[in-house]
Amino acid sequence: MPDLNTWLLISPELILTVFGLLIIVIDLVGREKSHAVLPWVAILGFILAIATIPYLAQDQTIFAGMYAIDKFAFFFKAIGAIGGILTVLISIDFLRTRTPAKGDFYLLLTFAVLATMMMASSTSLLMIYLSIEFLSYMSYLLAGFLREDKKSNEAAIKYFLYGAVTSALMLYGLSLLYGISGSLNLADLTKQFAASSDLSVKALGIVSFTLLLAGFGFKISAVPFHQWAPDVYEGAPTPVVAFLSVGSKAAGFALLLRVALTAFPTFHAEWIALLSVVAMMTMTLGNLVALQQTNVKRLLAYSSIAQAGYMLIGVIAANVSGASPFMGLNGVLIYLAAYLFTNLGAFVIVVAIENATGAVEIPEYAGLVKRAPLLAALFVVFFLSLAGIPPTVGFIGKFFVFGAALREGFLLLAAVGVINSVISVFYYFSIIRAAFFEEPKDATLIRVPGVMTASVAICAALVLLLAVFPQSLIDLAGMGMGMFGIARP
Amino acid sequence: MIPLQYFLLLGAAMFCLGLYGALARRNAIAILIGIELMLNAVNINLVAFWRYIKPANPAFELAGQVFALFVITLAAAEAGIGLALVIAIYRSRDTVNVEDVNLMKW
Repeated sequence: MPDLNTWLLISPELILTVFGLLIIVIDLVGREKSHAVLPWVAILGFILAIATIPYLAQDQTIFAGMYAIDKFAFFFKAIGAIGGILTVLISIDFLRTRTPAKGDFYLLLTFAVLATMMMASSTSLLMIYLSIEFLSYMSYLLAGFLREDKKSNEAAIKYFLYGAVTSALMLYGLSLLYGISGSLNLADLTKQFAASSDLSVKALGIVSFTLLLAGFGFKISAVPFHQWAPDVYEGAPTPVVAFLSVGSKAAGFALLLRVALTAFPTFHAEWIALLSVVAMMTMTLGNLVALQQTNVKRLLAYSSIAQAGYMLIGVIAANVSGASPFMGLNGVLIYLAAYLFTNLGAFVIVVAIENATGAVEIPEYAGLVKRAPLLAALFVVFFLSLAGIPPTVGFIGKFFVFGAALREGFLLLAAVGVINSVISVFYYFSIIRAAFFEEPKDATLIRVPGVMTASVAICAALVLLLAVFPQSLIDLAGMGMGMFGIARP
Repeated sequence: MIPLQYFLLLGAAMFCLGLYGALARRNAIAILIGIELMLNAVNINLVAFWRYIKPANPAFELAGQVFALFVITLAAAEAGIGLALVIAIYRSRDTVNVEDVNLMKW
């Protein structure tokens, strides 16, 4: 039985579990009267979970080596919890008219964030499977949360079927990995790979990594496991989409990085080749298809597929042995933090407009600048950041990721990335063009609730401030490279 | 004793059948059955490996069995969620054929 200190090390997870259950109890007892309190209970849980993190920074694994307590995991836990807070803030107004079951929604969301935290810490095959499935189940339910809405139903079933097949593929890979080492820990697997010169072990290793990539690729929406993304983004409730695009993607990257760097260092050349192909396809397909989209949510889906491609460049260029500002790994962390505020900020605006007018098509955004000048102006900020144009934090992220690719000599990847960034400007600015240079059909002002204005302002401020003063973010990401089981200078 | 390969071949064959079913069928329930078949193929793998491989780390003596138990549990949870979603789509659309579920297309 683990002692009290071990339990304290997972206090962020425990806090979220308690608050999730608390939400459902409050909902049961208070009924409709309690609905105004629930989002703030969830937010309090997220804040407490983040607040405990600085007190836990220890490099160790607990529960027989199945769960890592390291700075890398903490970085992703913070990203998940911040994503959770912003998602709750945009859900309040969105849910008001759409569903009576508010308690269930916040419960599922809190547990989804809990699942992302567990993914970030998993160092055993069993924990990888359990945490990925936990997040998947919560996401399926959230995607289909609006039961009366045909599109929400359709999004959920498509998400579920893609997810179940890819997770079965991943599970088959996990069973092969168990067969290789007879152990569930990634650390034992690493030793086994390093000690064995057997060709069949090598072949099994490569096959298993490819199978695992199906599960991870599904979470980060990398080609060819991306097909769910456009439909889910279009059909699912928009706050859920905002969470999936950031929280779920970040957790997927956490697992991919941890597994690739700690369990598969002996297959470095092989997984780099595999991921390079995936990254190039992901960037190019995401951007080219995004050019033809007219639905803003669908456009953001293809944009988020393309962004996953850029982040994959950082994974490929990840070098943990040198000493340089461009380590690849820190590039991914900076990029994810930048993407968190940028993409969630953009989604706040999409939700605000959807709530006020029901509009999700680009032509309906015509003349937005006259109807909601603040939202239109901040849209420009977020799209600049998504396209990676200074002075926004998206530029800092791209700078570090592409810098690492150049340093490690992946010139082709960097070139494809830069060309794709240029392409992405076209579709981001098709929305801006509609918002600024076309005449509105209906010139009434769009009313935005205070909570939404506040959250969009915070996101925009961070997007600009972190770009002008990037040092704190760079330091945090540098610290976040502390992954258990890899040597650091 | 039956060699390990036989179990692995059975597992691989079952997995491929399940994958084929999941990809080729158009009925959401049939796809779910294919997925269950894939998960059970994994269970065969796990238990066979457990029987034949002695782990270096004694903490993982029962790992294969325990993993298989978790897979069975999660398969049940997955079927629960999957069938709930199928019922939801059946109520709103009167079909469980995934080709007819096509409000959204690129």
